[in-house]
Amino acid sequence: MARITLDNLAHSYNPNPGSEADFALKELNYDWEDGEAYALLGSSGCGKSTLLNIISGLLMPSQGRILFDGKDVTHAPTAERNIAQVFQFPVVYDTMTVHDNLAFPLRNRGRDESYVAERVQEIARMIGMEDMLRKKARGLGADAKQKISLGRGMVRKDVNALLFDEPLTVIDPHMKWELRTQLKKLHHDFGHTMIYVTHDQTEALTFADKVVVMYDGRVVQIGTPEELFERPAHTFVGYFIGSPGMNVIPAKVVGTTAYINGSEVALGAGYGALDGKVEIGVRPEFARLTEGEGLPVKVRRVEDAGRHKIIRAEFFGQDINIIAGEDDPVRVDMNRVTFDAAKVNVYANDWRVTPESGEAA
Amino acid sequence: MQQKTTNQKAWFLVLPVLILVAFSAVIPLMTVVNYSVQDTFGNNQFFWAGLEWFQEMLSDERMWNALQRQLMFSGIILAIEVPLGIFVALNMPKSGFWSSFCLVVMSLPLLIPWNVVGTIWQIFGRVDIGLLGYTLEALGIDYNYTQNTISAWITIIVMDVWHWTSLVALLAFAGLKSIPDAYYQAARIDQANRWKVFRFIELPKMMGVLMIAILLRFMDSFMIYTEPFVVTGGGPGNATTLLSIDLVKMALGQFDLGPAAAFSLMYFLVILLISWVFYTVMVNLDKKGM
Repeated sequence: MARITLDNLAHSYNPNPGSEADFALKELNYDWEDGEAYALLGSSGCGKSTLLNIISGLLMPSQGRILFDGKDVTHAPTAERNIAQVFQFPVVYDTMTVHDNLAFPLRNRGRDESYVAERVQEIARMIGMEDMLRKKARGLGADAKQKISLGRGMVRKDVNALLFDEPLTVIDPHMKWELRTQLKKLHHDFGHTMIYVTHDQTEALTFADKVVVMYDGRVVQIGTPEELFERPAHTFVGYFIGSPGMNVIPAKVVGTTAYINGSEVALGAGYGALDGKVEIGVRPEFARLTEGEGLPVKVRRVEDAGRHKIIRAEFFGQDINIIAGEDDPVRVDMNRVTFDAAKVNVYANDWRVTPESGEAA
Repeated sequence: MQQKTTNQKAWFLVLPVLILVAFSAVIPLMTVVNYSVQDTFGNNQFFWAGLEWFQEMLSDERMWNALQRQLMFSGIILAIEVPLGIFVALNMPKSGFWSSFCLVVMSLPLLIPWNVVGTIWQIFGRVDIGLLGYTLEALGIDYNYTQNTISAWITIIVMDVWHWTSLVALLAFAGLKSIPDAYYQAARIDQANRWKVFRFIELPKMMGVLMIAILLRFMDSFMIYTEPFVVTGGGPGNATTLLSIDLVKMALGQFDLGPAAAFSLMYFLVILLISWVFYTVMVNLDKKGM
């Protein structure tokens, strides 16, 4: 296990990158703490897999260094880095039995057979495939195959890190929960550094201690699920995390007040002069439909999601979402909205602005 | 429940195919059967011979010798072309200009007509004017495909390898191209060496196309006629008289229609039998996972 340091790291698939747009992964400095579980979250093509492949050594970065426990491994081949990686689509060695598949990484490293047998038994128990060890891997279903891939990733005890590249994409929904739970348990029991790439926010938030959100080749925020939810550093984070995502509304901010089309909205803190495009971000959870008090809205649709209701409404010519509790009344005469002042964030050019005074504690 | 309708007119729809197959395959084959059970004299006089020709052919050393040579030929060319084809496919550029270039160049021999291939090698190997024959002679190597059995065999085998290895290579290449990158990446993570990557990833993924390649090459080489005939004419002596060359000699050279017809039928059945056994074994291996 190791602490992984990314130093000035960037990557372009273009051999002679000109502008910043040529970079699939923009310059990045970060320390992945030893033994933590990270999720790398972002939409398709945002550079998640590129970053993962650079860490595992399948890809050489165009710039910068990678260090494992302070040792430079930028140019070390995959084998030397001692990393385990599980891919989006299950990779199994068809002609081998399940047992031989699980034993493969250990045998290639010349471990003796008694140790191999013992480890394979342990892993097989963990992934629930003890009774299938003698079977050929060919002809198993996609989820069984992916379990073998996961098992092969975990069979080595001494790996520096376990990397997962959207490993549950091909798995049935009910199996997803089970496997994710097993992964969490594994992390808890053995304390491997884990990096889990996904575009599914639920998966990221339930799996990881820390979530790294990527957008357009850039890391936009690294934080606990709670931080991502309450204080999204970038409007993309606000939009991407949460269901529905954060409402982003153009506004003018003066001190502790925001003006939307001239109407006042109270903020939880004071802000200085702001340049560029200024917006306020309010999560649907912190908006409330009222009668009489607040700013005018026009309710378009109410979706009942079971434990809560999602209210789709029009607000100064723009869509806004409001979440109301299961028992909260929604009536025709409710045509106003209020925001929880402490939970309103202010953004300038899409980045969150740190308030000058009185940040809500 | 709806009543199932009976409409015998539907038979007319398959009629064209039946007629086509009848005229192109069944009727010609039946004339061969007809010859094989009769003795033919001039003026189209036929006498019933029963299974006599079959018995004669089976006890004829000539056919057995030709069969032996034929099996040896097919065996040797398969043993060379399959591994060589795989080797070539593994070393071809996977993409870009050079990949297309290799594909085109390798397809060229496949496009040359059989008798042209024969003629090319016939001239190429000649000791007096051929580049290969002359060079070998000049180097002091005793090579003469018209007089020396070993030389003749080497010539027709090298010719077949030259002509057909590309087919195996192209099929194997197609098999290799279908392997997703993740397999190679996983193998690197698992620290598998080159041999293991080949044995556990590439070979299993190529098995399907290789099976087709081997079957095609076997059937084709077992029926080969034109190329060796043009180069050696079956000689020196009978050294390169393969089954089909022998058959043509018997049917058209000596005009022994009865024995030749019996020979043809047995030839046909042997190819069918070997191909079937081969296919069945391969499919079963495939199911069991090698």
